[in-house]
Amino acid sequence: MDISSSFHDPALCRALLDRLTLEIEELGRPVRFMEVCGTHTVSIFRSGLRSLLPEGLEHLSGPGCPVCVTHDSEVDVFIRAAEKPDVIVTTFGDLLRVPGPDGRSLKHAMAEGARVQVVYSPLDAVKIAAEHPNDTVVFPSVGFETTAPVFAGALMTARKMGLSNFCIIPCNKLVPPAMRALLSGEGGTAGKVDAFLLPGHVAVVLGLAPFAFLAEEFGRPAVVGGFEPADILSALCLMIEMLRRGKPEVRNTYTRAVSREGSPQARRIMDMVFRVTDARWRGLGNIPDSGLALREEWKQYDALERLGLALGESGHIPGCRCGDILRGALTPDKCPLFGRTCTPQNPTGPCMVSTEGSCAAWYRYRGV
Amino acid sequence: MKILLDSGSGGRASQRLISDVFLRHFDNSILRRMDDAAIFSLQGSVAMSTDGYTVTPLFFPGGSIGTLAVHGTVNDVSMMGARPRYLSCGFIIEEGLEFEILEQVVADMASAANKAGVDIVTGDTKVVPRGACDKMFITTAGVGEVLTDPAPSGHAARPGDAVIVSGAMGDHGLTVMAGRDGLSFAADVASDSAPLNCMVERLLLEVGDIHVLRDPTRGGLATTLNEIVEQSGVGCRIEEAAVPVHDSVRAGCDVLGLDPLYLANEGKLICILPREKAQAALEVMQSCEFGAEAAIIGEILDTGKSRVELRTLMGGTRLLSMLEGAQLPRIC
Repeated sequence: MDISSSFHDPALCRALLDRLTLEIEELGRPVRFMEVCGTHTVSIFRSGLRSLLPEGLEHLSGPGCPVCVTHDSEVDVFIRAAEKPDVIVTTFGDLLRVPGPDGRSLKHAMAEGARVQVVYSPLDAVKIAAEHPNDTVVFPSVGFETTAPVFAGALMTARKMGLSNFCIIPCNKLVPPAMRALLSGEGGTAGKVDAFLLPGHVAVVLGLAPFAFLAEEFGRPAVVGGFEPADILSALCLMIEMLRRGKPEVRNTYTRAVSREGSPQARRIMDMVFRVTDARWRGLGNIPDSGLALREEWKQYDALERLGLALGESGHIPGCRCGDILRGALTPDKCPLFGRTCTPQNPTGPCMVSTEGSCAAWYRYRGV
Repeated sequence: MKILLDSGSGGRASQRLISDVFLRHFDNSILRRMDDAAIFSLQGSVAMSTDGYTVTPLFFPGGSIGTLAVHGTVNDVSMMGARPRYLSCGFIIEEGLEFEILEQVVADMASAANKAGVDIVTGDTKVVPRGACDKMFITTAGVGEVLTDPAPSGHAARPGDAVIVSGAMGDHGLTVMAGRDGLSFAADVASDSAPLNCMVERLLLEVGDIHVLRDPTRGGLATTLNEIVEQSGVGCRIEEAAVPVHDSVRAGCDVLGLDPLYLANEGKLICILPREKAQAALEVMQSCEFGAEAAIIGEILDTGKSRVELRTLMGGTRLLSMLEGAQLPRIC
């Protein structure tokens, strides 16, 4: 029944680990790879894979946790929306604890009477809107290319149902432009990361082409991998093999879910509702063409316009090194705030706010 | 028929509720006297515990707020190595609740108490205005006679002890989450709500030398183990492959990004005792009604640090730490 169980198989994993160790030995130099997906981060820690990686292979976590990279000024408008009368904010659960600029989160707003409901899908929120015709139901549209088509679909459903009280705060972000910014920027990952483990979920939508620049322009091998330990190990083997042969490419080992061309249908739905715009990333700042805004013909579903809200300014958090951690320049335990003032209970920076953040995973699975 | 504020006023409406519902279902000679307090005798040292029960939905596959209110307190008393005897119960009811719902909950409590061999001997009912509580809250307190000296305690885990669980982890937590949020993919999960006093009594009397007994309720196995290693000042290593988890729970957790080791259980216990007695304890547990899937899952270590280490399915090791709050379903 459990299709993923064979990808946990200890004997298979052991064989893949042996192969990986051989590949690293043959390469003859240390390798640092970065994953850019929170689910990979957690899987690598949770499965114990991190403790088994061969010597010479170092793992770094990039900006792949959608909750973590949600900017504090965005969280601030989520909270301000929730505090308005006759507004219900519906959200994925892991956004509840993320602090805004003043340290307050949606949880705090809830305790003070704001109406916030956790849902599992934007379509649940559409249903809530239908059930509460006198309230405005606001969904913070957070996530990468993975969730954007789902939000677009929810808006289409709302329009079809004639619901005028459902709207979103568009905050979706795009992974490839952020990776480009990481590699090109000053103090970027270029000198620090040898190869990338690409996000399986995002690739389900995008396919491989949007990642081709990693190999073509930056000479970095990159492999789309699944999320079970054996998936990750086989992706790592292929990655090291490409380094060894000196032939960097963008390849796919998650073939049971990802096709080369991705999902044109999901992209079409996304394109019908959203257009590309600049976006603010927590810990990384403004990145050109890395986010999604609503197209003109869908503007009526923009909660910010409807509620008269706008993103405010916010400064850098003093002492926080999350930007360096997301770029692969620092591991969480080297940050002076880690485990001292910055903990999952009282997170200072983006990498600690969600369970899928690199600092939170380090804290939870390795300790202080 | 709906319950009105009058039913908690102390007048005739209250009396009718007591005699028509509570007395009828909980009937026993002590309660029947209808005095201000129950009077009974107990032998030796007494263990006492109290707990409040709030759950949405009130009814779920495998149990209800009523079964939880009895099993939770029966199990807490049992974990001290005691034989639970008497319970009290307090109801906070939101006005407008359907009478049939209250009656069903009370019937569930009566049948759970009957099965666990305890009497509900005193109680209280309040009806509060709409919105002041969510349908119904229940508190129960329980007393029981301690059967062994020393009693099992979270402080008593020793290096060399084995760690046993009485069955699969996470059933209750996922069931309630699925019931609350209408998750259709989790259709084949059911709460494990069950009394453990019979199993505990057999462990104490037939095996003996039980160092720790704990029921991993809120926070699940991971949280409870962390509490124990901190109290006892020891380390602990758990074998992930040995921890029983039902396939349906594992699959549901995968979808939601949850870890079954942090989900609540309401009919399972952790037993820690000297390694040489582990096999005997396991056999006793497996022969009990609610222990068929019991398994030895790890050992207590002298590591110098009060940490729980998990040896993962693929043979790696990692920390099994305590969470800050409830697990939240993730985005994608």
